[in-house]
Amino acid sequence: MADIQIANISKHFGAFHALKGVDLSVQDQEFMVLLGASGCGKSTLLRIIAGLESADTGTVHVGAQRIDHLQAKDRRLSMVFQNYAVFPHLTVFENIAFGLRMQKRPQDEVDRKVKRVAELVHLEQLLQRYSGQLSGGQRQRVALARALAIEPRVILMDEPLSNLDALLRLEMRAELKTILAQSKTSTIYVTHDQVEAMSLADRIAIMNQGVIVQCDTPLEIYRNPATTFVAGFIGNPPMNFVTMQASADGMFEGLGHRMPGPRGHASLTLGVRPEDLTVASAGFGIDVAVVEPLGAHTLVTGFVGTPHQVFRAALPSNAQYHNGQRIQLMPDASRVRWYDSNGQMVPHTHEE
Amino acid sequence: MKTVITLEQAQRRTRRVLLIGGAAATAWVLLPLYFLLINAFSSPETIGQFPKAFWPEGNTKSLAFLLGFQGVLSALWNSIAVAAMTMVVSIGLGAPAGYAIARFEFGGKTAFRMLIMLTRAFPLPLLALPLAVLFIRAGIDDTLWGLAMVHTMLALPFSVLITYSLFSGVPIELEEAAWVFGCTRWQAFFKVVLPLAAPGLAASAVFAFVISWNEVFAAAVLTIEHRTLTAFLLQSLNTSPVYLKFAGGALLVVPAALFMFLIRKHLFAMWGISNR
Repeated sequence: MADIQIANISKHFGAFHALKGVDLSVQDQEFMVLLGASGCGKSTLLRIIAGLESADTGTVHVGAQRIDHLQAKDRRLSMVFQNYAVFPHLTVFENIAFGLRMQKRPQDEVDRKVKRVAELVHLEQLLQRYSGQLSGGQRQRVALARALAIEPRVILMDEPLSNLDALLRLEMRAELKTILAQSKTSTIYVTHDQVEAMSLADRIAIMNQGVIVQCDTPLEIYRNPATTFVAGFIGNPPMNFVTMQASADGMFEGLGHRMPGPRGHASLTLGVRPEDLTVASAGFGIDVAVVEPLGAHTLVTGFVGTPHQVFRAALPSNAQYHNGQRIQLMPDASRVRWYDSNGQMVPHTHEE
Repeated sequence: MKTVITLEQAQRRTRRVLLIGGAAATAWVLLPLYFLLINAFSSPETIGQFPKAFWPEGNTKSLAFLLGFQGVLSALWNSIAVAAMTMVVSIGLGAPAGYAIARFEFGGKTAFRMLIMLTRAFPLPLLALPLAVLFIRAGIDDTLWGLAMVHTMLALPFSVLITYSLFSGVPIELEEAAWVFGCTRWQAFFKVVLPLAAPGLAASAVFAFVISWNEVFAAAVLTIEHRTLTAFLLQSLNTSPVYLKFAGGALLVVPAALFMFLIRKHLFAMWGISNR
């Protein structure tokens, strides 16, 4: 019963406009990821929801309750911090019990709940340790257990995995997903790591310069990026962009390739992902500059236009390519997306 | 002909220089203390002898005489009382100021930090006369708490800067976590910040105590009847025999040296150096 409604949140730091009227709606038990480069305002938004930062304008509701005017302690939310923020002077048990103790729960309830979440995060053997005796991964589990123990309506996570090494991050990512699915809370998770976002999120809100550019499911964002910013941000290697000029017959032309596009535009930017290109007798003409055999596929890079722009294709690894070779790359028409000069997507159905 | 030395030889030389330098510096500090102690524990008869026996005689006659001397015990009590007041007020005012500088942004923060240190830029002898006049006019001359105020002025800058450094060392995220999990600002301070800063706070308190304990100038100028131990000894030892001077010196130096030794680790925090 805890959906989150964020409306028109605005925030200045001095002259810097960190958040420019952000609206976001998170459903009950949804895993929402705020994704963006550093400085885009995602952490500020999270801290405003938590009550650690105050917004200039706007409202935050959890369920029917308005919380933006409450102190952090009265919001009954949980948070996991980037550097864990495990209390060094308390045992693991007392760290996990901290929120319950503040709520003055009876000892038997504290014991029961701490034991339950400790098992969930595999810490039951370490309850009497101090954080100085724990590894980074274990501290992260303590922070997570502490957040889960109070059975919060909402858990806020601020880049919780970014201090872990790569292998552990992968492991914790999978575990986090399982644990949070069991805990039935809503989650808002901040990260700059698109792979983390794609793998964890029910929905991703992509932020750029203080606004949410697009908010949708990971696959929808990947397939239909709303703007060229999103298209270039999501996906590795990123989407290719080609400037296309309309000709009199309504066809668009660029890089030696002609194809139909949305009507009523003189010039548009075409976006196509590297894996949606195949070598054919016609298509975009590319001079191969770099060949990277990655095993599953071979990444072929060419430089096009002036100034030089990178154009990549992920091609089957059974064929051979060499530098200087001229190849024609045919885009999958159903996967091609069109953007206007403001970077906004222009809808196009290819039956048109 | 050039002399070529190997790396090993160079390292050995460096080590020798460090060793000799360290020994000299240590002797510079410890030798006077050693002679002070050895003379304090000599009997009045043997104190003029030279060379000294290496081990102190363990003769406590000088010390016993000193403690029995008219006014010493009450001066000792005055010293402790003034130092304790200085300690309480310095931490009571200094810790909140240190916390404020560590945690809040406010206008004039840098200037404030500079000003705190500037209070130490005035030599006490320069202030002593105006202070004495002021104290007499205000009717608080020759009172222990009046002297404690002056000592607090001396100790407070250090209390502020040491506690500032201590509180800066406690990550803000720990406090934020406490707030999120149900603490008010006060509760978070007492449940999270204070336990983590407590050893350093204790050290900072002891440091304030020692500053007051060691201070002689203001004490000599501002008190007459209620002298602290330093002022008392300064006044009466001039006319005392040499064995009493040593006993008095030891009585002053030993507690201060012992305290500083116990809190040495935490005092490094003031300069941002950790020796762990």
